[in-house]
Amino acid sequence: MSVDYDDLLTRYEPALGLEVHVELNTASKMFCGCANEFGGAPNTHVCPVCLGLPGSLPVINGKAVESAIRIGLALNCEIAEWCRMARKNYFYPDMTKNFQTSQYDEPIAFDGWVEVEVDGETYRVEIERAHMEEDAGKATHVGTSGRIQGADYSLIDYNRAGVPLIEIVTRPVRGAGEKAPQVARAYVAHLRELMKALGVSDVRMEQGSLRCDANLSLAPIGSGVLGTRTETKNVNSLRSIERAVRFEMCRQAEVLDAGGRVTQETRHFHEADGSTSAGRPKSDADDYRYFAEPDLMPIAPSREWVDELRATLPEPPAERRRRLQEAWGFSDIDFAAVVNSGALGVVEETVAAGAAPAAARKWWVTELARRANEAAVELEELAITPAQVAAVQALVDAGTVNDKLARQVIDGVLAGEGEPAEVVESRGLVVVSDEGALGAAVDEVIAANPDVADKIRDGKVQAAGALIGQVMKAMRGQADAAKVRELILARLS
Amino acid sequence: MGLTADDVARLGALARIQLSEQECAELAPELDVILESVASVSEVAGPDVPMATHAMPMANVFRADVVTASLTQEEALSGAPAQDDGRFRVPQILSED
Amino acid sequence: MTAALLTRSAAELGRLMAAGELTSEELTRACLAQIEALNPRLNVFLAVDADAALAEARAVDARRAAGEELGPLAGVPIGVKDNFCTTDFPTTCGSKMLEGWVPPYDATVVAKLRAAGLVIVGKTNMDEFAMGSSTETSYFGPTRNPWDDARIPGGSGGGSAAAVASFMVPLAVGSDTGGSIRQPGAVTGTVGVKPTYGGVSRYGLVAMASSLDQPGPCARTAEDAALLQEVIGGYDPHDSASIDRPVPDLVGASRAADLAGLRVGIVAEFQGDGYEPGVLERFREAVEALRAAGAEIVEVSCPAFAYALPAYYLIQPAELSSNLARFDGMRYGLRTGDDGARSAEEVMNLTREDGFGREAKRRIIIGTYALSAGYYDAYYGSAQRVRSLIQGDFDKAFARVDVLVSPTTPTVAFRIGERMSDPMSMYLADLCTIPSNMAGNASASFPAGLSDGLPVGFQVMAPPMDDARLYRVGGVLERALQEKWGGPQAPEGVLA
Repeated sequence: MSVDYDDLLTRYEPALGLEVHVELNTASKMFCGCANEFGGAPNTHVCPVCLGLPGSLPVINGKAVESAIRIGLALNCEIAEWCRMARKNYFYPDMTKNFQTSQYDEPIAFDGWVEVEVDGETYRVEIERAHMEEDAGKATHVGTSGRIQGADYSLIDYNRAGVPLIEIVTRPVRGAGEKAPQVARAYVAHLRELMKALGVSDVRMEQGSLRCDANLSLAPIGSGVLGTRTETKNVNSLRSIERAVRFEMCRQAEVLDAGGRVTQETRHFHEADGSTSAGRPKSDADDYRYFAEPDLMPIAPSREWVDELRATLPEPPAERRRRLQEAWGFSDIDFAAVVNSGALGVVEETVAAGAAPAAARKWWVTELARRANEAAVELEELAITPAQVAAVQALVDAGTVNDKLARQVIDGVLAGEGEPAEVVESRGLVVVSDEGALGAAVDEVIAANPDVADKIRDGKVQAAGALIGQVMKAMRGQADAAKVRELILARLS
Repeated sequence: MGLTADDVARLGALARIQLSEQECAELAPELDVILESVASVSEVAGPDVPMATHAMPMANVFRADVVTASLTQEEALSGAPAQDDGRFRVPQILSED
Repeated sequence: MTAALLTRSAAELGRLMAAGELTSEELTRACLAQIEALNPRLNVFLAVDADAALAEARAVDARRAAGEELGPLAGVPIGVKDNFCTTDFPTTCGSKMLEGWVPPYDATVVAKLRAAGLVIVGKTNMDEFAMGSSTETSYFGPTRNPWDDARIPGGSGGGSAAAVASFMVPLAVGSDTGGSIRQPGAVTGTVGVKPTYGGVSRYGLVAMASSLDQPGPCARTAEDAALLQEVIGGYDPHDSASIDRPVPDLVGASRAADLAGLRVGIVAEFQGDGYEPGVLERFREAVEALRAAGAEIVEVSCPAFAYALPAYYLIQPAELSSNLARFDGMRYGLRTGDDGARSAEEVMNLTREDGFGREAKRRIIIGTYALSAGYYDAYYGSAQRVRSLIQGDFDKAFARVDVLVSPTTPTVAFRIGERMSDPMSMYLADLCTIPSNMAGNASASFPAGLSDGLPVGFQVMAPPMDDARLYRVGGVLERALQEKWGGPQAPEGVLA
């Protein structure tokens, strides 16, 4: 590719369009009671309905409708007062009825928006629609290359046929300029976070529960029109989205620079080198002959139901972050550290359990993040709870333990020795501040360091530090340092 | 109307039916007659007339999100013209999804 | 003796069995013998399983002997149109596409028949995928009218009607999309009912036109049809269009003494040119019988009905073109041309060319056209608007009258082969029956006598959910006419 990325941006502006399919995590399929489960022996989660057997009839999964509405609301969409499912008619062996039951001109959610942040700048992405549809089966091509061309035959498993999907379509995103690839990535990442927060999908791109098709077109800068777009499929990770968009921008620029025209087509993304290649050109001019699905009744969510569902929405992630950062008074750097460690949730809970935010941050982002990495687990999976972390900090605040001892307490809790207070007791980690107990050690250290003692008597109070250190060592760190200092100075004044 | 044999062939392709040339030639005038007789519908009802929905107006017919019994793999494949290892075996697929 | 048994109504047979005066085995044996005698000539049943039927009959007899309370139709043999899924018989829909295909599940209607103890003896012939008015498009040959075997028995459910008309079985189940139960009923002198749309579950009925299809009973008497509809009707969660209300007392309605207080509307548009004089005479006589029974008769105009036929022949092909797309040779049924080198697309094309008959292809092409980009508004869209107008006409009519009546079909049974080369002439047979499918209301055909020795049907239409009115009119009419005739009319040459 000879086109320089920065250079092409002096001539062209990109317009981005993203179509994301979210596989819902309902227990059963969209139109039948077969299990919506990943894995399983082929064709064991099928019934007359999802197999499209003659005579079968669909019945809508109410939970899928509920999830669709919640997704629409989270995307700031309007929810249709009345809508229908429609048949999208085309032939393909992974579709049991040779039509997909989807929604056409009556999507359940429409006219929404989200905001994504890239490098500190906010981009608004308009959502054209979110609608319900069903997934197809899975065809495995058997032949020489394992790819569709060159296959001798195909084997089809319909376990996935009929799984509920929500398709989310953006309006063309313009004005992202050089940031288009990152905006695309950030948008999908944002959707993923939203779906997780809503609890409607596993959104695992590598498993296919979140799929993305990236549309891209270029237009000469200032032309005001939209160029011819291509649709790139098979982008299976956030990183791939970014790479695919960038590649298409360069490729299309090269075509246009040479005076050619971009072909409107579907392209495939190649993981290995980040390139896209043309798919087979479509022969039927995509005439899907849509008509309202006669076997299903209209879906008319009452405004009361929509309001009820609105109340179940989680706080939008960006809003939550803003609120917490402000509440805790963290600097951007400190807050970013929390977010990047994935510690937002646990820090929030630790604060709720009574710890100061800074202390909570300190424990989770440093000490505990390290332990989690070592054990290769998520922070939430460590054998210590936010409540327990707060309890440890409370012990430090009370002077019962110092910082060094606190780490040992944490060790104990992680090792399953019980609550922090129990660990302190069983391991004898209490800081000693009793004069009698400390006195002997203090006297010993003073006696062992006559020169330093003299200095202190002369008024050089700083010199006490060395003596304190020795007392701490003798007490195996369990001395109350401040008390030790007090005793030393008292004896040597 | 003027439906030609080519039109019929094109519709046949859309409907995945391998019509012979003779069939296309025979069907074209037959379909024309039928289409002429039904063309009157477009004059009868203007856009102000709503399209009929269902005979019995119902809405929000849903089922609970509960798993029910599926067919066994054997039952699912019982009519299959060809199968392999629990899957439906079909000829090579040329078009792309 | 056998003839006496075979001509009894299902209700009577049920009573005899309940009283221990007859066993299901005896009755089933008699029906099987009748089928064996007549089926080679009439081609009514596509599949019969005598052993299984007798085993089923014996099982019902055993339950009864053990003192179990059984329903009024328990032990009665029945035929099922071959587009209902049955796990113990192939379900061919009269097509090469599904020749030999045995479904892995039972239609809800079939399950209800079994639960009620009826004995399913076999599957009856039909026009291919229910497309037709004569049962001539069946891949397995035409069925012949028991009244004159050179004539059609009507369609698409000619098999079910002929089975009942020729005393092979007292009851049969059919499906009606544009008249496929009622018109065969009319031309075979039997009762055929299309319940309110959603009144009987379509789960397991191979779909033709989803918004128009409705399963229904075929019988020789109004009471029998009512008994059967009470068995097969009712809410089914597998069918989203299923009406969630209890089945009304149809049997009680069929025993109504008179029609006092009933307002009957004659559809003005369904008479005149195109209707055989004999058909119109029988119709008028039947109307007079209703009047004599106490009904008030008026004429009602339903102008949109004139457009029902063209609108139907756009909506129905459109829906069926989509419903029949699944038949592609990939998962079940016929697969043609898979030589290992051809692609899936080619095999689909060849399979569908090979598996579908001429009429099926015609309608799939029309339907594809009516839905295609650029033509949707002019064809499918317009037809759905006309449908609104038809529904409006019914609403207006039913504000004035309780039922509407008309001849069921403009002519008596035509000759086999007579209309095959002229599709439009074939479609005209559905002229009077189609509006009820379009609006979804209940409608039935009752025997109204003969014209030149061939049966004429009287159609009664009632508002949605008011199926009981059909049976009230049908029962009264039946008793009045049979009194006039000295008993039910039956074809000659079918009973030994």
